[in-house]
Amino acid sequence: MAAVTAVAARLHKLPDRRLLLALVVAAWVVGWAVLGGRDTQQLGGAELTPLHRDLSQAMDVIDDSRNSNPFFLYFINYIRLFLDDAVTFVQALISQPSFGRPLPVLGWLGVVAIATAVALLGGNRKVAALTAAGFLSFGLLGLWQESMDTLALTLTAVALSLAVGIPLGIWAGLSDRFLRLVTPVLDFMQTMPTFVYLAPLTLFFLIGPASATVATMIYAVPPAIRITAHGIRQVSPETMEAGTSLGATPMQALRHVRLPMARQTIIVGVNQTIMAALSMATIAALIDAPGLGKTVLKALQTLDVGTAFNAGLAIVIMAVVLDRVTSAASRRVEDQRRAGRLRSARRRRIEVTAVLGIAAVLAYQSYTYLWAADFPIEANVGSYVRNAADTASAWVQDSLVTYTNALKNALTNGLLNPFEALLTGSPWWLVCLVAVAVALLVGSARAALVTAIGLLMVLALGLWQDSMVTLASTLVATILVMVLGVVAGVWMGRSDRADTLLRPVLDAGQTMPAFVYLVPILGLFGPTRFTAIIAAVVFAAPVAIKLVAEGIRRVSPTTVEAATSAGAGTWQLISKVQLPMARSGVTLAASQGLIYVLSMVVVGGLVGAGALGYDVVAGFSQHELRGKGLAAGIAIVVLGIVLDRVMRAATQRADAAAHGGLANK
Amino acid sequence: MTVPSLTESTPLNTEAPPILDVRGLWKVFGPKADRVVGSTLSRTELKEQTGCVAAVRDVSFSVRRGEVFVVMGLSGSGKSTLVRCLTRLIEPTAGEIVLDGEDIRTADARKLRELRRHRMAMVFQHFGLLPHRCVLENVAFGLEIRGTPKKERYERAREVLGLVGLTGFENSYPDQLSGGMQQRVGLARALAADPEVLLFDEPFSALDPLIRREMQNEVIRLHHEVGKTMIFITHDLSEALKLGDRILIMRDGELVQVGTPDEVVGAPADEYVANFVSDVPRSHVLTLSWIMRPPLEGEPLDGPELGPDVVIRDAVHTVLSADRPVRVAGDDGLLGVVTSAEILEVIAGGQH
Repeated sequence: MAAVTAVAARLHKLPDRRLLLALVVAAWVVGWAVLGGRDTQQLGGAELTPLHRDLSQAMDVIDDSRNSNPFFLYFINYIRLFLDDAVTFVQALISQPSFGRPLPVLGWLGVVAIATAVALLGGNRKVAALTAAGFLSFGLLGLWQESMDTLALTLTAVALSLAVGIPLGIWAGLSDRFLRLVTPVLDFMQTMPTFVYLAPLTLFFLIGPASATVATMIYAVPPAIRITAHGIRQVSPETMEAGTSLGATPMQALRHVRLPMARQTIIVGVNQTIMAALSMATIAALIDAPGLGKTVLKALQTLDVGTAFNAGLAIVIMAVVLDRVTSAASRRVEDQRRAGRLRSARRRRIEVTAVLGIAAVLAYQSYTYLWAADFPIEANVGSYVRNAADTASAWVQDSLVTYTNALKNALTNGLLNPFEALLTGSPWWLVCLVAVAVALLVGSARAALVTAIGLLMVLALGLWQDSMVTLASTLVATILVMVLGVVAGVWMGRSDRADTLLRPVLDAGQTMPAFVYLVPILGLFGPTRFTAIIAAVVFAAPVAIKLVAEGIRRVSPTTVEAATSAGAGTWQLISKVQLPMARSGVTLAASQGLIYVLSMVVVGGLVGAGALGYDVVAGFSQHELRGKGLAAGIAIVVLGIVLDRVMRAATQRADAAAHGGLANK
Repeated sequence: MTVPSLTESTPLNTEAPPILDVRGLWKVFGPKADRVVGSTLSRTELKEQTGCVAAVRDVSFSVRRGEVFVVMGLSGSGKSTLVRCLTRLIEPTAGEIVLDGEDIRTADARKLRELRRHRMAMVFQHFGLLPHRCVLENVAFGLEIRGTPKKERYERAREVLGLVGLTGFENSYPDQLSGGMQQRVGLARALAADPEVLLFDEPFSALDPLIRREMQNEVIRLHHEVGKTMIFITHDLSEALKLGDRILIMRDGELVQVGTPDEVVGAPADEYVANFVSDVPRSHVLTLSWIMRPPLEGEPLDGPELGPDVVIRDAVHTVLSADRPVRVAGDDGLLGVVTSAEILEVIAGGQH
């Protein structure tokens, strides 16, 4: 470490880091040309290293001890049973045959009625209509039971996530110490690619609803905690002081001041939690979670675009309905506060009673009569949707093939192939040296150290070659994300019209569960690693665009005005004032974009991306490969940590440079 | 600048024991704060040597019952910290605070709460209202916290709202009101608890000048009507002179001078205060006792008579229209005389 620091200190004195970077890359290319093909650590698809076998064996040991080890017997197994029962109970209510009946307790009419009633009472008439239409469309698409399974899993996970997240969020809002304690944990939970912890979870909670619930909670709890804590913290100190000066106890201050003032923010947190849970509940199909995700997954595996589209559509509809209802609920809190006095409490009571009464009657009907319980088969238009999607996909693939192929080939041959060749063809130690040098130049000594350790770990995991392939596509995807991010972000940051135009699209992109992207892209490009890259770009671009746009918007208007009055043209304004001043925003966008791209790696494995993603996916399905799958998951996490650290160090450097600090002298 | 004086101010009982007595109060922010107490280092030296900032250093004063006591200073002088120390919203580092014989510094959490609920209430610069509650609920908040039944507290809140002139706005929400009206709500909330002492932390500095003047008059009126002891923080000298029975001037956490408005203007303790008050029209603040002189030999002493507490501005007409010196007399007989010469000197801004 001391040596690295010394080198770093000397580097600061050297004239130009860009020149050095260019030198490093040049040296790399020369090294690759001379030494190419040596020490590349290749490993075939079904080949295993001793470590992978050991991991497999360790997993077998854990499997075998499930009914003997006290840790399982008295702790994990109880949690598993509780979670299984919770999900099964909700499923019994709305999706699965139960309690000796051939059908669930509530049929389609009851569920639609109750959902609509909730949307009406919590939101408004518009979202109630949307809810009714959305839920009916599940039946129309012929996916009623699958949709209800997904809904059951999502609702259970949301309820548990909120039960855990809101109290912890309040605690983190009140206690600085606790916030400091949980922040790194939440950071880790959120940066860890979602697919990676699925396999280890099944070790403890078996395949099924329990694992799916835990996985969903890992993903959905962090936003609940963070946003609640933020809501609690944003209450103005003077208002708090006013409460204290009137003699409020800490409990009273929490109940009467903090919580009511944080209420709207907390509902935003509920919204985020629901969206995260839905997204993960579909992905949990990889570990056999029931529902729409499973339909999409099966269809993706057989490249059945029509079926995947049909189920994907249902997921999107569910996402839109849940998002709109909770957004309306959070707005309602605000509106109610303003208009509350115009409506008497009595009228509200009558309204609630009437709505719930009607819903109860319909629910009873669906409990009693077959027509209200089982969605009529005649109304199933799912096959039309499937056929239409198939036809459209075939048509698009046929008629756009020139363009899509041109794009595909240009990117593959121009960017992806050379880069991949460079990474996979060089000896591993050369790649390590280059990576450490780059980390040192763009980041810090610490980032370089993390890089060295991380890459050595990847090597030790026996997945060097696969990791390099994944790294190549990840970096290429990130470059594409950043090109998109800067272009669209600058446009959005400079023009209000562009903002109103793009923002809803980006919002929609962010609320959509990750699975769904794959379907149209698969339809367009067929199963290749290119499809995976484009899916990752689509997934990561909204975040990057938004962050760049925010950075551009934050540039002080006075500075822009000063530059304009000095006669700067639009292009000069962008390149000399706005982008340099938004530099830290751009770097942040790059680092977030990278994390998002990386989290799609495993999804890419489903549609032909190969490498680490494929290893993980194969580990799910083939028993003898699961050690390797676990190792691949760890490798993804390690790569993620390395990239995250380097990008963070680069962001800090950019921040420091933006404030006239040490860097880039 | 016009500074209307408080001519008919309520007579104060100067002999009665003070309602609030503050002795040797310190508030030091920073590591090992209690070691700094007693230090005589300057602000910058203190920051360099210990890393601490002494926001309040060795401040002592007492407030009489029914008085409007103004603490004045520029921003950063420690006045807001001082007033927060009084109810321990900020925990003082050292010193003694006694409210009506009860030591606030040693009160435990429960006792302190009782004290805040019943005996002292505060009005804040940015109002500190609860946006999710209507005006009536905001005003009743303090009563709700101490457990007053709903009907009773709303009754009391309505009463107080009437007092501050907000009848008819009970069901409005804070963000539907103007700044001045919001501060009236803040004032009503403080009054609702019927406290012995009202604390004002720069309550009107967020308001525009016209509203500010209106609110100052409102405070004067309320003081006449309810006769509460008020401790009023401000950075505005004219506000201090207008409202204060006595003024405490702070600089860099230290007390510079305590005195009545005419003492501060007529006899500034040091250059800092003198600079401060140099723009004040002295005739609006000083009383005749500041300019009267012993009668000269042979001067006729049968002119009109005025009291020593009459503000110069109010005596101008009498003095200038009299053809002989005006007698200034108190209970103990003749104190001195004032002629047009003295009046004109003050008005012309002559050196004291």
